[in-house]
Amino acid sequence: MSVTVGVVRFPGTNCDLDTLDALAELGARTVLLHSDETSLGSLDAVVIPGGFAHGDYLRTGAIARFSPIMDAVASFASAGGPIVGICNGFQVLTEAGLLPGALRPNAGLSFLCQPQQVVMASVNHVLGHGLSTSEVLHIPINHFEGNYVCDRLTLQRLREKGQVVMRYVGNPNGSLDDIAGICNEMGNVVGLMPHPERATSELLGSTDGCRLLEALLEAAASTRQVIDRRTA
Amino acid sequence: MSIHEALGLTDAEYERICELLVREPNHLELAMYAVMWSEHCSYKSSRRHLARLPTEAPWVLVGPGENAGVIDVGDGIAVAVRIESHNHPSAIEPYQGAATGVGGILRDIFTMGARPIALADPLRVGPLNEPRSNWIAEGIVSGISGYGNSVGVPTVAGEFVSCETYRDNPLVNVAALGIMPTERLVLGRATDVGGSAVLMGASTGRDGIGGVSVLASAGFEEADDDATKRPSVQVGDPFEEKRLIEACLELLEARLVSGIQDLGGAGLTCAASETASRGGTGMEVDVTAVPLRQHGMEPFEIMTSESQERMLAIVAPAHVDQVLEICARWEVNATVVGRVTGDGMLRVRDGADGEILAEVPASTLHDDAPSYDRPQCPPAEREVRRGVDPAARPVAGSPQVADPGDCAADLLAMLADPSWVYRQYDHQLFLNTVVGPGHDATLLRLRDPRDGTPTGRGLGISVDGNHRWCDADPRRGTAMVVVEAALNLACVGADPLALVNCLNFGNPTHPEVMWQLSEAIDGMSEACDALGIPVVGGNVSLYNETNGINICPTPVVCMVGVHPDLVRRPIAAAVAPGTELVVLAPTGLAGQADDGDDAVARQPVPLGGSRWAWERRHCRDGALPQLHLAASVATAQFVAGAVRDNLVHFAHDVSDGGIALAIAEMCCHGGTGVQARVPSLGASAPAARALFAEPPGRVLAAVEVHDVDRLASAASAAGVECRRLGSFGGSRVQIGRLAEPGLDIDLALDETLARWSGALPESFAQPVDGTAA
Repeated sequence: MSVTVGVVRFPGTNCDLDTLDALAELGARTVLLHSDETSLGSLDAVVIPGGFAHGDYLRTGAIARFSPIMDAVASFASAGGPIVGICNGFQVLTEAGLLPGALRPNAGLSFLCQPQQVVMASVNHVLGHGLSTSEVLHIPINHFEGNYVCDRLTLQRLREKGQVVMRYVGNPNGSLDDIAGICNEMGNVVGLMPHPERATSELLGSTDGCRLLEALLEAAASTRQVIDRRTA
Repeated sequence: MSIHEALGLTDAEYERICELLVREPNHLELAMYAVMWSEHCSYKSSRRHLARLPTEAPWVLVGPGENAGVIDVGDGIAVAVRIESHNHPSAIEPYQGAATGVGGILRDIFTMGARPIALADPLRVGPLNEPRSNWIAEGIVSGISGYGNSVGVPTVAGEFVSCETYRDNPLVNVAALGIMPTERLVLGRATDVGGSAVLMGASTGRDGIGGVSVLASAGFEEADDDATKRPSVQVGDPFEEKRLIEACLELLEARLVSGIQDLGGAGLTCAASETASRGGTGMEVDVTAVPLRQHGMEPFEIMTSESQERMLAIVAPAHVDQVLEICARWEVNATVVGRVTGDGMLRVRDGADGEILAEVPASTLHDDAPSYDRPQCPPAEREVRRGVDPAARPVAGSPQVADPGDCAADLLAMLADPSWVYRQYDHQLFLNTVVGPGHDATLLRLRDPRDGTPTGRGLGISVDGNHRWCDADPRRGTAMVVVEAALNLACVGADPLALVNCLNFGNPTHPEVMWQLSEAIDGMSEACDALGIPVVGGNVSLYNETNGINICPTPVVCMVGVHPDLVRRPIAAAVAPGTELVVLAPTGLAGQADDGDDAVARQPVPLGGSRWAWERRHCRDGALPQLHLAASVATAQFVAGAVRDNLVHFAHDVSDGGIALAIAEMCCHGGTGVQARVPSLGASAPAARALFAEPPGRVLAAVEVHDVDRLASAASAAGVECRRLGSFGGSRVQIGRLAEPGLDIDLALDETLARWSGALPESFAQPVDGTAA
């Protein structure tokens, strides 16, 4: 059964088409959503892709969070809808308060575009289906601000509740506790710095990204079944 | 100094303007001629030489002279390609200079109707470890990273070269590629009389006034002058450019504009006069309609400002509202600033029907620009220099003449992983990067621009230059650069289709520089003819000099090719223990001297122009090795075929640093040691000649044991020499010579890898103490 995934485009987003292509390749119906829209329509999942929303001016995600569409994204989140923020999308989700913590400039103060190994730290979230904890994936990173930081209490909570989604193998950017991705308490909102859409073909060097995106489509399908059952 | 001199015009040029106008020009008109007749815009010193380049082939859709060259790559797909330099701005203000270079080249691509899909950045800077050079290099790389990543076009190829010759005059070249359906090709022409001229994008400010005449067409005198020239450097805004790209592509897709032109060097003057002149029409511009960033700007400032992220679109009056609406949706400012006329005049007015501030025939700004046949002369000491053998020079600090030196130390000193540079660039966006930066050439997936469907084919890109070869012999050196680009494409399995060139030279009023330029153009023509490819565009950057010292001649090429089937692509992981190391080469370079061939042995390959001679012996003299053009082309064709037939799993061309450096680089890519014996390249030759000489046309290949014989017989049938040099494996990098018993290089793999990956980061980690050498 095909699910419908919305991909949000802010002015300055640049991984929107790549993300649409990768999801469509896996059989999803895809919809491009402009950030000035106020409603998501009928969707099973939302992806906020990478790029430089509003040029990253002021601070990454700081202007994007005020876009009209972010209210609809927040409502979708509280209704349990699956949401994934990739790279700049992760930064937007933290700025919008949908995920805790913040992403600071890399420890080396240098942009990093490189292959990266990550290890799954939990699978109890919308990118976890079919994966197991401790599994190592090859997913490239591409960011200047990927150095995750939060206060001690938040970190403790993230660890205790299994909200650390994945960690870097060989921390490239100074991220606290090697964190590469986290989720909210319900597990339906995930933010990650690595780009799964860039690891979707042998031609590009890895297909591990497909496993994360397939997990999202699976989560979208089962969430819809739950909602369908409730409304039936 | 008179006004025209201050603006960079000679007395004779001023008189010619008076003749054309049949009166004296006013200040605004003079400013317009000064920018349009500058070296940067008019190519006045190089034009007559550039005419000798081959520019035609059945697959050329647009050749030199437009915003970008365009070639047909099959399946109804056209590729637009262009290269530019931003050398002088980057010397003054490295970050903004490099950033605005990226912005400018992208506008040249989408102006043609193509979506930009890739950038390539050949960079040349001064010696690293010097605080000022490091500042320039870091600024340039950050500028490209900051602008390119944000604007959303991946930087997939490049070069990073450091040499004294670029200490005060770095070379920042930037190439861009775009793809489009062949039917969407748009030209920068204003053919519709009565059409509106719509200025799109950023507002116009005082940045970059006279950039082309002040910066790009004069050398640097004293470092103190930098501060006064800094206001001539533009400031970039990648977010504005990103919106401008999307808006323009939508306008072109909807066929709402009949012509479009970016505002780059010489700003509005150039865009208005070029579109009118190409279309055989005229144009009226109302300076009061131009949205300004600053108050009190004079008309000449508005007409020559080089503020970035601006485009001029020619729109039929019926479509103007629709154009403004699309621009508004992309948050791009758009304003009607003029109209196309039928009288051939470029007229600047104060208000739509206001006072005429300037009135000149549009074509005189282009077609009547001066063209000089400047005196040429080869350097007087040329023959003496060619006679020197760098191998006979003493090692610095060694009392013994012709000390063989420490070959392992020489190798390690030249080994550097360029990933410090390219990991700062997004090189993966658009999901096309099959072979990325850090290899001989880049290989991108070629997808249909209409719907993104993969064609199964690949687009190969290689950018190359070599100032040492071109200094030793500009003609042969340039031909070798072109051959190297073809060999690089061959290493990823691509056949060359076309190239664009960026000719970086010194002061054209010096006869040696004009001789270098003329020779380089002839060398490029010869190599292009041998390869059967055209030059579809280019850029000339002159006055690369500081205090009267010219840079080494540095022609740079960006060659584009096509790979017919991406399933058969090279894989770096194929360089693994147990794989055989084979050299493929033109006759005479695969060890015939070691086999007792006296004819070959009597003529040892010279070391002139080699990186080893320059960097390890501080010797710029000596003769360049012979170039066998036809045999090198045959080798390139054979290698491309062998990669596509999976006979060769990974290939690497032998370039600067010679065969030893190329072997060590393969070891680093594969993370394996090697035991190899290389050809001597001459009887009783010193080890350095065998290890580090740079005769063109050689390619190293990683081959499966059971494929070696098959490869050898295929090579023999193609007239290409093929010799097994050794095997990969083990934990040491061991290189000797075929006819000698011992090892010339014996290094631990760990040490080799550490040096490779550490070289650039360590160069930039030096404390900056402010005491520039």
